[in-house]
Amino acid sequence: MIVDKLQQLGQKSIAKIQGMGRATIMLFGALIAWPTPRKSFPLLLKQLYVVGVLSLLIILVSGLFIGMVLALQGYTVLSKFGAEQMLGPLVALSLLRELGPVVTALLFAGRAGSALTAEIGLMKATEQLSGMEMMAVDPLRRIIAPRFWAGVISMPLLAMIFTAVGILGGHLVGVDWLGVDSGGYWSAMQANVDFQQDIMNGVIKSAVFALIVTWIALHKGFDAVPTSEGISQATTQTVVTSSLAVLGFDFILTAVMFGG
Amino acid sequence: MTSRKIEVLVGLFVALAIAAFMLLSLKVANSGMAGTGQTYMLYAKFENIGGLKVRSPIKVGGVVVGRVRSINLDTEEYSPVVAMEIDSQYNNFPETSSVAILTSGLLGEQYLGLQPGFVDETVSILKSGDYVEDTKSAIVLEELIGQFLFNRGSN
Repeated sequence: MIVDKLQQLGQKSIAKIQGMGRATIMLFGALIAWPTPRKSFPLLLKQLYVVGVLSLLIILVSGLFIGMVLALQGYTVLSKFGAEQMLGPLVALSLLRELGPVVTALLFAGRAGSALTAEIGLMKATEQLSGMEMMAVDPLRRIIAPRFWAGVISMPLLAMIFTAVGILGGHLVGVDWLGVDSGGYWSAMQANVDFQQDIMNGVIKSAVFALIVTWIALHKGFDAVPTSEGISQATTQTVVTSSLAVLGFDFILTAVMFGG
Repeated sequence: MTSRKIEVLVGLFVALAIAAFMLLSLKVANSGMAGTGQTYMLYAKFENIGGLKVRSPIKVGGVVVGRVRSINLDTEEYSPVVAMEIDSQYNNFPETSSVAILTSGLLGEQYLGLQPGFVDETVSILKSGDYVEDTKSAIVLEELIGQFLFNRGSN
């Protein structure tokens, strides 16, 4: 009995480690090669459109609403202490440090990550990937690499847009609706937000999340069981795994950046 | 979808991101101090720094002229030494100047108040690396209450 359980545990661990190994091999195969800008730039541009531009709407809308809610909730508590002028720093710091990178990564995993997984999984199921190999086209270079770079480039940009729109949303509710002084909103923000400490760390965070989410999405698609059920499972796994990974890494990064 | 349309939309996306970054770095962050770049260091030894932190502002008459760079403990006298990074455009403080640890408002953050001293022939100007001799430590509320109670008891 116990030996059976042990065997199951071992089996699972080996499968996990093998999966991680395959993911690493896939990434290295896709990225380590002689750069061919003439050929790969149009592919990258196409993927930037699919991954970045098409995610823009959901990012803009959710950024605006999260900024507005943050201002509304923050105002309720801050006005109890007569500290309404701290609304600007509250909104800016929570967006720059946490909500911008994290919520963007979660939305990105749902909006773009799942699409990447499903697309590549379906390519595998319909044997387009093996077809490419037949024609001596490396699917890692042609399919995986542009999608990977598109994800890694566009997510920090999306996070920045999210944060900026969120701060403007906070201004909309805090200043225009609740009557916080506009000058105070911006000047208290400027006094409390540091470029290196807050903005750059937020950008670093979202770059790390971009790497994680895109990598997981591509690997799950590339490694999917090539059946309709397998693709649906892989898509679900992409969203679940990358959301959990983002939240886990967020804690580690926050502890390293702001904990000490 | 023609490739031209895609290119235009991607360009728009990148331009939007750059605009967001500009908004964040220019309007949200305090680029004023970081921008000028040129700074010099002054040091001050205190008995007690209270709640002073690294990056606390240094103010002259309410105007921020620099920030606290580091706070260390002098291992000979066991008194804290505060390194102050001051904007080079304010490099004319005489050695009779004094620094005090003050609090903005009743519950606000602590900051360093730099008070320029008098100038005559015998007084030299503080250079980078000099110590400000005249310092006033932070007021610790508990000590104040203790003193008050002690005085009451002796009366």
